[in-house]
Amino acid sequence: MEFVYFLIRRALWSVVVLIGLSMTIFVIARVLPGDPARMALGPRASQQQVNQLKAKMGLNLPLVEQYERFAVGAAHGDLGLSLLSQRPVNDDIAATFAATLELVLVTIVFAFAVGVPLGVLAAANKDSWIDNLVRLGTIFGAVTPSFLLALMLQVLAGYVLHALPTTGRTSPDSAAVADITGLLLVDTLMKGNFAGFVDAFKHILLPMIALSAATTGQIARITRASVIDVARQDYIEAARAFGIPSFVRVFKYTLRPAFVPPLTILGLEFASLIGNAFVVELVFSWPGMASYGVRAILQKDLNAVMGVVMISGLFFVIANFLIDVAVGFVDPRVRISGQRA
Amino acid sequence: MSAAITPGGRRWRRFRRNPTAVIGLAIVLVVLFAAAFAPWISPYPSHVGAVVNFRARHQPPSLHYLFGTDNVGRDIFSRVLFGYRISLLLAGAVLGVAVPVGVALGLIAGYFGGWVETIIMRVNDISLAIPPLVMALAVTTVLTPSLLHSMLAIAALWWTWHTRLIYSITRTLRHQEFIEAAETLGASKLHILFRELLPNCASAILVKVSLDFGFVILVGAALSYLGLGVQPPTPDLGTMVAAGADFLPERWWEALLPGAAILFVALGFNLLGDGLRDLFDVESVR
Amino acid sequence: MSEEALLSVRALSLDFVSDGARAQLLRDVSLDVPARRHVALVGESGCGKSVTMRAIMGLLASPPARVLGGEIRFDGVDLLKLPARERARLRGTAMSMVFQDPTSSLNPVFTIGDQMRTILKYADARLGRARNRQQRQARVAEVLAQVRMADPERIGRAYPLQLSGGMRQRILIAMALLSEPRLLIADEPGTALDVTTQAQILKLLKDLVEARGLALLMITHNLGVVRESSDHVFVMYAGAVVEQGPTQALFASPRHPYTRALMACTPKLSGGAAMRGIDGALPDYSAPPSGCRFAPRCPLATPACAQTPPHTLISAGHSAACWRLEATE
Repeated sequence: MEFVYFLIRRALWSVVVLIGLSMTIFVIARVLPGDPARMALGPRASQQQVNQLKAKMGLNLPLVEQYERFAVGAAHGDLGLSLLSQRPVNDDIAATFAATLELVLVTIVFAFAVGVPLGVLAAANKDSWIDNLVRLGTIFGAVTPSFLLALMLQVLAGYVLHALPTTGRTSPDSAAVADITGLLLVDTLMKGNFAGFVDAFKHILLPMIALSAATTGQIARITRASVIDVARQDYIEAARAFGIPSFVRVFKYTLRPAFVPPLTILGLEFASLIGNAFVVELVFSWPGMASYGVRAILQKDLNAVMGVVMISGLFFVIANFLIDVAVGFVDPRVRISGQRA
Repeated sequence: MSAAITPGGRRWRRFRRNPTAVIGLAIVLVVLFAAAFAPWISPYPSHVGAVVNFRARHQPPSLHYLFGTDNVGRDIFSRVLFGYRISLLLAGAVLGVAVPVGVALGLIAGYFGGWVETIIMRVNDISLAIPPLVMALAVTTVLTPSLLHSMLAIAALWWTWHTRLIYSITRTLRHQEFIEAAETLGASKLHILFRELLPNCASAILVKVSLDFGFVILVGAALSYLGLGVQPPTPDLGTMVAAGADFLPERWWEALLPGAAILFVALGFNLLGDGLRDLFDVESVR
Repeated sequence: MSEEALLSVRALSLDFVSDGARAQLLRDVSLDVPARRHVALVGESGCGKSVTMRAIMGLLASPPARVLGGEIRFDGVDLLKLPARERARLRGTAMSMVFQDPTSSLNPVFTIGDQMRTILKYADARLGRARNRQQRQARVAEVLAQVRMADPERIGRAYPLQLSGGMRQRILIAMALLSEPRLLIADEPGTALDVTTQAQILKLLKDLVEARGLALLMITHNLGVVRESSDHVFVMYAGAVVEQGPTQALFASPRHPYTRALMACTPKLSGGAAMRGIDGALPDYSAPPSGCRFAPRCPLATPACAQTPPHTLISAGHSAACWRLEATE
């Protein structure tokens, strides 16, 4: 029951974060110097055109009222019209968000699938050459600029080895469309389109590796430290004294409690993961939210930019809520006490 | 233990035995040197500006042009040296603002608790939800893309990490005896915050700043890679990678060597920070 | 002792070696735990009791631990000569342990029932016992009831965090008893608890051990506990057994200067300012004094103490390792 209260508290808190986020975005968009209407129309537009757009956007209203409009709209899932395309920002983002979601999800799965075993391996061979190699790998993962890694992968796997496609989400001749969940990998499988799945998988491979480097390194690092810490606990020695075999001690008794810190770290890493996704998407022409966002920025499409930032924040908040749930399932201490360990 | 060996001397000996830390320090010193003396040590100092030298376009690395030349014939090596100035300036300015603010807020939240703590840490949580890169994108949309605006945008979020770090340390120190003793003796709040608590956070801050130098440089590079940071013709590493990316893979040096230069400086600060973390035993700092 | 004891440690010497540094931990430790008897190993913290206990259980990692010589015979078999696999078969079944700290010795993320069933499952596998999940569940409930836990069903579903320290300590006892071991090693049970609860735990342990006819090796720094619940005492100082004997004899006439000092430190219920610390500290194990390790702190020390003193028989079964026994008569 405490866990339910805990989740309710976290959910309410998520809402507060989103309100704070909307205020921050609003301040950036409306309070910082700069005239959004003028920006959208460009320097050659007449003052009359600018005034018309201002009236349409409600820029003449008092700030509080403007914020109210924005916040109420956002709460209803209405992020306003794109100043350039005049299409609702929601539609544009909805069309691109699934691609970003797919990339980020696959990246997280990859980061855990690789980072956790590496961390366990390093912990089990503490101070050996394996440990040093993993440590060096995590440092390089953290300091390699994601765009550099993306470019290098593109050159290596695409142009030199000709092994993998270097741009886009599908091949031009692929008929696969993501119309069920929006996630191409899932939808192609659900439809039994195996060729489409393989094609989509090949396309996502390079962006995923480029995006996951830093997160994988962090998870490996935290897992290593956490496994070493848990392995020192009295309950692991007690398990040994009670005759529990070593594989059960490692894979059940150690790994489960050791899994909480990497999960928690993912929540903190999530913001930088989204940030890096912007860069990686651009390099690989991934048709996601980032490509849309960067285009909107270069074209000074303010509503679209605000929408993208808002959705990024929402993504972060939802991800962190889900991580709270996951931590609760792994660690009964959170479930029982209703507090983060 | 002889009296001649000071704690600092012992630290230094331990530091020297840590190969990664020594390599990190060496890299950082090389980069600082290159940035400080760029006008004197770069082979073509004039290539910093909007110089055009079409006869020498797209030259591969050679003894003349260590890192090759770019699409208007400028020496990439010279521009990398000057690019380090921008990177270090950006990181220095961001951390120069974010660290004092973040540390002060962390100390206040950790020591005073109550509603002050609630407000600071909740604002902190909100700030965490915004990716610094995305924030910078938004700010540079509204204002114009420039170095100053990138710095502002990154600094506006970067304090959160320092606040979190200092807050967690201060919270554990708050009820320790030396603080309670100082309180009993009637020390002022300012004295306790900055003379009692702050020195106990010093090593953690040092480690964090060292690691952050690399990370801020990375965010700045990503921003200018997207065309939203430093504007041409100022030589910036991220911009150079973006410009060179058009000529991949044949003219690989134009993108990959400036990219490697970013990796190099980030690696240096990270290794140094890692070594300092071992030295000061502050495992909690990331 | 004419007949060999269930557990018999003979002249065990053991070092910890890591990064070229060597800690000389145990020196010629000998002790016997006969079947169905309660033996206490007593000494201050850091004296090597825990290392001895872990050496017996085979819980020391090697490296850093390195056995220099001696035997640990269990049921006539030298455990040190046994392959690691064979040795692991004995843990939790033939010999088991009650851990000291009830808060840290239970895995926080699994239920009590889960942890106990897991122990039972692998013990069954080792012993070739066929038992299904329900039967194991029933056995867990049975043992929980034996340690006087009300509502074993509910306890089985609980996480350690949801139970009090005293309950957790009883669960640790139950875990050790699951497979009816013949030797139980108890590491200062209840020290982390308040005095009343500790007394209950010790009483419970004593009852359970007596009812089953188990051999008990109790490790403690508490002389009061030793006096009440053991038949035989081994006093340890800085990695060596300095005095040993039947509890009554040893308490009636302690002969080693360290044993005497230790007894002088114990607060007596009868009142009186008997609390007196022993001057000095345990020696540095990387450079221990040669000969008698207590000599630097010993008021009776003479130059002769630079030689290792042999155990000298004082009365039946009572011996002490000291050159100055004549001075403590």
